[in-house]
Amino acid sequence: MRKIVILFLSIFILVQSTKAYGTELIGAGATFPYPFLSQVFNIYHRETGTRVNYQAIGSGGGVNQIINRTVDFAGTDAYLTETQLQQAEKNVLHIPIILGAVVVSYNLPENPQLNLTGEILADIYLGNITRWDDDRIKELNPDQSLPALPILAAYRSDGSGTTFIFSDYLCKVSSEWEKEVGKGTSLRWQTGLGGRGNPGVAGLLTEIPGTIGYLERNYANQSNLPVASLKNKAGHFVAPTTHSISQAAEVDLPPHNRVSITNSEAKEAYPICGFTWIIVYEEQKYGRRTPERAQTLAQLLEWLIKHAQEYAVSLDYSPLPPSARENALNLIYSMTYDGKTLIEGTPNHNP
Amino acid sequence: MIQDKIFNKTLLIIATLFLLLILGIFITLIIFSLPSWQEFGLSFLWQTEWNPVRNEFGALPFIVGTLLTSFIALFLCAPFSLSLSFFLGEYCKKGVFFQTLKGGIELLAGIPSIIYGFWGFFVLVPQIRRFQLYLIDLRMRTETGSIQEKLLEALEIVPYGVGILAAALILSIMIIPFAASLGQEVISMVPQDLKEAAYSLGATRFEVIKKVIFPHARSGILAGIFLALGRALGETMAVTMVIGNRNILTWNILNPANTMASLIANEFPEASDPIHLASIIQVGLWLFIVTFIINLCGKLIIHKMNYKE
Repeated sequence: MRKIVILFLSIFILVQSTKAYGTELIGAGATFPYPFLSQVFNIYHRETGTRVNYQAIGSGGGVNQIINRTVDFAGTDAYLTETQLQQAEKNVLHIPIILGAVVVSYNLPENPQLNLTGEILADIYLGNITRWDDDRIKELNPDQSLPALPILAAYRSDGSGTTFIFSDYLCKVSSEWEKEVGKGTSLRWQTGLGGRGNPGVAGLLTEIPGTIGYLERNYANQSNLPVASLKNKAGHFVAPTTHSISQAAEVDLPPHNRVSITNSEAKEAYPICGFTWIIVYEEQKYGRRTPERAQTLAQLLEWLIKHAQEYAVSLDYSPLPPSARENALNLIYSMTYDGKTLIEGTPNHNP
Repeated sequence: MIQDKIFNKTLLIIATLFLLLILGIFITLIIFSLPSWQEFGLSFLWQTEWNPVRNEFGALPFIVGTLLTSFIALFLCAPFSLSLSFFLGEYCKKGVFFQTLKGGIELLAGIPSIIYGFWGFFVLVPQIRRFQLYLIDLRMRTETGSIQEKLLEALEIVPYGVGILAAALILSIMIIPFAASLGQEVISMVPQDLKEAAYSLGATRFEVIKKVIFPHARSGILAGIFLALGRALGETMAVTMVIGNRNILTWNILNPANTMASLIANEFPEASDPIHLASIIQVGLWLFIVTFIINLCGKLIIHKMNYKE
């Protein structure tokens, strides 16, 4: 009996102590930026005392929650569709937070360093190229010995932002892909096998010889999987690095930032990159929100852009290039509460 | 008196609440799947295309995948669970070996399904792939035009390893403990005097099992098997890891496929388009209905099989 009382007391105290720390912001959404966000939110809590509770329930879930107005912000790797924008009713902002990339990995004898193009990737996933010793692959890799193995295309069976970025890229480089498959977080795959999550795809990759698969860059790096260099729009073969991914955002970005940066025109850019966005409402007065809460949210977002970017690299993410930071800050400074601007600022003076 | 009344009423209320809960779940599934009903109607059941990009949805590949994996698992598990129940219920009713075996079965029932999934993916799937490679090799070596060659050709084997067969094998191992432990319970509950009477008439042990124990216990044994089937129908994690997650209709058990539960687990978290979400929920509704129908059939068979004095 006494034990139970003590247990309840300690739970009570724990709950109370979390309440005592001022506002707690709630966010939900993409799993992709979760390792980054959970680390920087911890640092933010140490520095300012503001707790941020981010639940990695998936982009789709996060978007649903922001549409239902149950969270302060949502994280997503796929920008909102027209239907979703209509469902949200009020204007939402897409604030870019960091850059991620999708890498192409494979399991071949001795794992040579391969060069591939988007057209070849599309044809592999469409089932048009079925063998590793296909002439088109050989032509790009004259120095490598390619085995006479059938190609097995591995994809994400769960709906995911990674699939969205990958298929968005394939749509841009292959008209057949755009016509037959299209882009989305879940697709109607023509061939191959589905693995659940990054670990599922990585499992197929390591277990079955001849497999090709796409993964988040951080996962592939941490598992030491071989990754292909891809031909970008400028015609160079580029490996996915922090630099080449940041470069992908060095293009003219529209002010609303609801934009895909796959197949980027920048000369040194890796072609399959994407922003991870935090989605918030432009007008923060909705439901029972207090002005303090809105203010805290805007400050957090400003801090993410100005001071948290340095933490991205050590976690295998890529920081936003200066132009994208400016873009993000402009969006944050346009947030209002009851028509009044939350943070006054000009991004140009605070780069 | 009054105490008795209160007790009776409480039991009745709790039992009704439970029924209402089941009904509530059913109604929720119907309401949340309405957009998909309006869009596809009953054709949802036999359409084979599942395309989230074009918003075309049909559940047939997953219904077939679920039924194929579950029933193959059931056939594979039946001989093992039957043998185990007879062995533990009649031949080896106490002692260290009994305790060890019984404990082992209980342990098997308690292992989380993701562990089965891991084991299946890293141990079972490579073995199936070797078997498929062997079949391909066999096809190369058989003379062209022979029946064997045509048969092997018709199987269209691609050495993935993952697929319906892998899922069914994993499921059969997972459900053996359920069928076996219930079977053992009912077999050990067959009245001792009935058996002794049979022995005193000169029946052998096999005859006692065949003519006394089995007729007496068969409805219970069947109930255990249907319980196991119910578990196989709804299993998600282990299946997802070994079935290949391909949303295309197939009847070939060496091919990758997908089941209803696995599809829901895969696509539900990221589904945001209303029709996509409603279609996933409708798949859930059909899983509910299929499970219900199979349980109902089970009840009928058990009723028919009941031992009549």
